[in-house]
Amino acid sequence: MNTDSFSEENLVVADSDAQSKRRQFLRHGAAAVTGALAASAGLRSAIAATPPAAAGDAAPAAQGTLSIPPWSTQPGAQVGSHPYGTPSHFESGVIRHLRKTDKQYFSSSTRSPLQELDGIITPNGLFYERHHNGIPDIDPAGHRLVLHGLVEQSLEFTVNDIRRFPSHSQIYFLECSGNPGYTVHAKTAAEANGLVSCAEWTGVLLKTVLKEAGLKPEAKWIIAEGADGAGMTRSIPLEKCLDDAMLVYSQNGERLRPEQGYPLRLLLPGYEGNMNIKWLRRLQVADRPVHSREETSKYTDSLPDGKAREFTFVMEAKSIITSPSGNQQVEGHGFHEIKGIAWSGKGRITKVEVSVDDGKTWQAAVLQEPVLSKALTRFVFPWQWNGESVVIQSRATDETGYTQPTLDALVEVRGVNGTYHNNAITPWRVAADGKVTHALA
Amino acid sequence: MRLHNNPHVTTRRCRPMLAALGCAAMLLTAAQGAYAEQKFGFGHPISQQQLAAWDINVFADGGNLPAGSGTVAQGRDLYAQQCASCHGAKGEGGLGDKLVGGKNTLASDKPVKTVGSFWPYAPTLFDYIRRAMPLTAPQTLSNDQVYAVTAYVLQLNGLIPEDAKLDAKSLAAIRMPNRDGFVPDPRPDVPQAGGDANTSAQHKAIEQAH
Repeated sequence: MNTDSFSEENLVVADSDAQSKRRQFLRHGAAAVTGALAASAGLRSAIAATPPAAAGDAAPAAQGTLSIPPWSTQPGAQVGSHPYGTPSHFESGVIRHLRKTDKQYFSSSTRSPLQELDGIITPNGLFYERHHNGIPDIDPAGHRLVLHGLVEQSLEFTVNDIRRFPSHSQIYFLECSGNPGYTVHAKTAAEANGLVSCAEWTGVLLKTVLKEAGLKPEAKWIIAEGADGAGMTRSIPLEKCLDDAMLVYSQNGERLRPEQGYPLRLLLPGYEGNMNIKWLRRLQVADRPVHSREETSKYTDSLPDGKAREFTFVMEAKSIITSPSGNQQVEGHGFHEIKGIAWSGKGRITKVEVSVDDGKTWQAAVLQEPVLSKALTRFVFPWQWNGESVVIQSRATDETGYTQPTLDALVEVRGVNGTYHNNAITPWRVAADGKVTHALA
Repeated sequence: MRLHNNPHVTTRRCRPMLAALGCAAMLLTAAQGAYAEQKFGFGHPISQQQLAAWDINVFADGGNLPAGSGTVAQGRDLYAQQCASCHGAKGEGGLGDKLVGGKNTLASDKPVKTVGSFWPYAPTLFDYIRRAMPLTAPQTLSNDQVYAVTAYVLQLNGLIPEDAKLDAKSLAAIRMPNRDGFVPDPRPDVPQAGGDANTSAQHKAIEQAH
């Protein structure tokens, strides 16, 4: 299964887990199936007639004689046996990556396994997480959103009230601002950039709801607050609130997951993840930002001269090759498709260039449709690998003309202690034996 | 999808006029314009008194600090009971952030960012403790208790004397050492001299790493 798991620790666990399951299946497959179907005498005789050797050859051979695999000679699981579907257990290693070295896990994060995913939509169960005091278990019937401050009429909304407004659906990426730090040379794509994910969000445009309360002329900022134990609080410029900001209740067609803010969250397309307040309970309209802890002592970008940038909202253009990527193995010379994702908080991706010669030359990759504003965009690039050790990398350009920089170029301006908004190119080295590692590590 | 900001509304508005084929684009604009002006009457008016328990944002200038007060001495006791297990007996950090020290480190290779060295506004400390601390029981301290713990953390950083008592006015009057330590976002900040300059630097970095 995945030779390309997300960390060395996980690699071992995932592979041994899957292999042991597979061995178990191969060893006991026919017997287990026979037992499960004991009630069905007719089928039972059919299965008993299956030569035991067939199960042992379950994986169809690339060469030689094909046998009939056991899953072709018996019924599958009964319809309705998985009322909420989950991936095949053979994919049990495709999970969010949790860093194992944190001091505690109330305020922590998990990363989306980018190297395992295709397309531009992140499955809800694999969407990255960042929580500041755990995941609250909120009864939507008891949840309220209060809109107050510099408004004509303070209002309280139930979740059903919010759902009555005209709905709005759009595909947007969401990215934690610390994805990754400036000194992290990750082993895998997940470790490097796994704090980004993308979904179709459904809710109501925030400006529609603001109109209900009526903004006073002095209104300039809106302070959003979560109902979680962190009471996460961020100040958002009013222009963003009147532009594409959304109050979201659904993600990829179903209600938000608890980890993503159930039953209601704020979504600020292109802005750093932390501002997209989950479990949203309050919006205070104000004439100035509140300067919360999360927008002063955290989520500010420290510079070499000791100053720190504040209110650094936008996630700039970025891309990463997800296949082949760190910890993966390139098997065989000849054609390989380089695959990856690109995104920009400032609009559409207009170009992704790929270099397959240590950065000496760059060629345009193919952007796969759809190419949407502030959404992940999938790129592919045909590559012939001749078996030499080589560095492959990608760089994105967005509709403003901005091109993703190298880490050196960023560090030259910002130093290494900025923590946030590192949108540098991630170069991967493919060694002569096909093993892929971070080229700067 | 991109074109149709709100297909639901558009469809609804267009339905009675289906005969007028070809009007879709114009109707879309018209419908959205009308929709933008529309009020729906959803939600329920709520008074300041009704929402008071949630009205906890404290502004950097001390705006919306509540009545009440607390002393450093009271804060020392509370801190020992509620905070020290994560933040250390004297704010040196542990499971939780380091709260004290770091003076003159911000411009060094290893900046130590604490309440004393980094936080620009003292009222923010009150806001954060009240809403988020202690981690295991946030929003359970009284306003007096929050003033007291705030006072103790500020005193640990040498910013107020040991016999100090804080209330809305005195907390807002404290000037934090790093008050002027923040600058606006200048991005895009990386020279866009074209890919070539970046390319050669990257090439060098990769060679070095190799």
